[in-house]
Amino acid sequence: MTIPSLAGEPARILNSDGTLAESPEHGVTPGEVDLTALYRNLVLARRLDTEAIALQRQGELGLWPSLRGQEAAQVGAAHALAEQDMVFPTYREHGVALCRGIAPEALFGVFRGTTLGGWDSRAARFHLYTLVIGAQTLHAVGYAMGVVRDGAVGNGDPSRDTAVLAFLGDGALSEGETNEAFVWAAAQELPVVFFCQNNQWAISAPYTTQSRVPAAQRAAGFGFPGVRVDGNDVLACFAATRDALNRARTGGGPTLIEAVTYRVNAHTTADDAGRYRDDEETRRWAALDPIERLHAHLRSTEALDHVEREADAFAERLRVACRALPEPDPDGSFLHTYAEPDAELARQLDDYRGGAA
Amino acid sequence: MTVSMVRALNDGLRRALETDPSVLLIGEDIGRLGGVFRVTDGLRKDFGADRVMDSPLGEAGIVGTAVGLALRGYRPVCEIQFDGFTFPAVNQIVTQLAKMRHRSGGALALPVVVRMPYGGGIGSIEHHSESPETYFAHTAGLKVVTCATPHDAYWMIQAAIRSEDPTVFLEPKRRYWVKGEVDERDDLPLEKARVVRDGTDLTLIGYGPSVATCLTVADQCAERGRSVEVVDLRSLSPLDSDTLVGSVRRTGRAVIVHEASLSHGVGAEVAARVQDGAFYLLEAPVARVTGYDTPYPPSRLEQTWLPGVQRVLAAVDRTFSH
Repeated sequence: MTIPSLAGEPARILNSDGTLAESPEHGVTPGEVDLTALYRNLVLARRLDTEAIALQRQGELGLWPSLRGQEAAQVGAAHALAEQDMVFPTYREHGVALCRGIAPEALFGVFRGTTLGGWDSRAARFHLYTLVIGAQTLHAVGYAMGVVRDGAVGNGDPSRDTAVLAFLGDGALSEGETNEAFVWAAAQELPVVFFCQNNQWAISAPYTTQSRVPAAQRAAGFGFPGVRVDGNDVLACFAATRDALNRARTGGGPTLIEAVTYRVNAHTTADDAGRYRDDEETRRWAALDPIERLHAHLRSTEALDHVEREADAFAERLRVACRALPEPDPDGSFLHTYAEPDAELARQLDDYRGGAA
Repeated sequence: MTVSMVRALNDGLRRALETDPSVLLIGEDIGRLGGVFRVTDGLRKDFGADRVMDSPLGEAGIVGTAVGLALRGYRPVCEIQFDGFTFPAVNQIVTQLAKMRHRSGGALALPVVVRMPYGGGIGSIEHHSESPETYFAHTAGLKVVTCATPHDAYWMIQAAIRSEDPTVFLEPKRRYWVKGEVDERDDLPLEKARVVRDGTDLTLIGYGPSVATCLTVADQCAERGRSVEVVDLRSLSPLDSDTLVGSVRRTGRAVIVHEASLSHGVGAEVAARVQDGAFYLLEAPVARVTGYDTPYPPSRLEQTWLPGVQRVLAAVDRTFSH
């Protein structure tokens, strides 16, 4: 069965050959965004991902969820954030983390088993990775309720007015909690943007397992706008997110952005995509590579060559930093389950220390 | 001041709202209606709809947004309307609320209170009489507390709101309308059990709705010349081993009473702690008088299903005759 509405073209600024689309739905004014900076973050995000996969193969990481193919969606969205905005990621937002200033090796800690969190989420305004699908959408909504109560919306002050950006995948659209998050955000007109990377696959389930309509179309049923953009077009992702965040910041309420993209690699390094999808599909999407698209637009310049050299040094530093990640405090679980361990947990800690000795 | 437990909770919430501007109440029908049990009656009028918030009808949403509000610096107090409607929120409570401090290595505290009426005895329909405490008490990272009197209701709800740990606050709904004295002084930390009746021959251990049952049994035992001590656990997690084991070490006999089902329940943990701490001083095995290992029955049967005075007395007799 074909679904005609799924075949519609998402909004784009950059065509797949790097040329500019005519009269794009979400525009970018010249100079508004530093294209070289975008390119740099795209390249570094992919390099981070490539290195992580290699480190997993070498046994340095237990697992890695690859972002390959989704760099433009993440970097474009992240470049639209203001410093005071808050981000609630899934577990695949490595590109957003990079743009938010998170040390890449901190992400590795989660997958190396040295930590369950790994970064100062308040300082970076980038919450810890959430592994339970969709759970973070409600956290983003609650945080946005707090933003409203703090009077940090609709003041006409772009350095103070605050929006919340919640990431989710296409699989999360089926979770009840995500739908509750949409209900709350709509009913209370909250300053939250839901950025759905529709990468076509929730592990082995294709998008049609989750929905018979494009993700963006769902927003209308909840009562807020849905926007469908080419997720491999970094400019379109930037522009759509900028517009949605500005709308949120000024008190206009939530938006759902569907960035149509593709998970080029398997779900994680533990997954085998060959069991459920054919190479032909992957090849078709690989031809729409988001980094090559911007590169084609910018054409080869000295600045871009510099990025490649920087990426090599970045990769080398990551390999060293990963292996140098500190082992977790053996007592940490006991010390951080409660503000203060009670007598029984203190007894168990003594027991554990004795057993470990 | 002699008030009902509902009034004591209302006063406690009011005081928390007055003293800390970061305290917010969220729940279904808690605003205009004042909650189905009227625990939040009048609070919306006095503190405004943005501090006493009528939520959409979604329990996961109530707790999930409370997590986000806490990350923004607020101290949300959630109301789950009935014990049996907790379960849609359990994902947020167990995977997020309970684990955030641990996940963040102690950096992120979530001072969220999840209030809910619990227990049976009010002749209600399915899902309105349950005792889900064990699910939460078994979850590391949560505090689980319950009040048995208006005095504890008033002080414990305020202490729970002040706590830096997420706290499940269980309110025994059939005690909601029973009046009692509220002292002007908070006399016990949230985590401590209370010896509510001194005795020498046997310790009856209860919490929430079963404390009143234990006291009635203690009265009847006194008439028969048996001196029974009654311990109100108040906190199910953490469990105040010192107080409950200390009592059994003095009396040598223990009977625990709760409405929740028997197997794997709070009583099992209490029995384990008692045998560990008072093994050589025990005169008899620790007895448990509880709800049965079935779902809660139709209400016409609840009085025989619940651990009532006669069943507790029978367990006390067995313990003495061991």
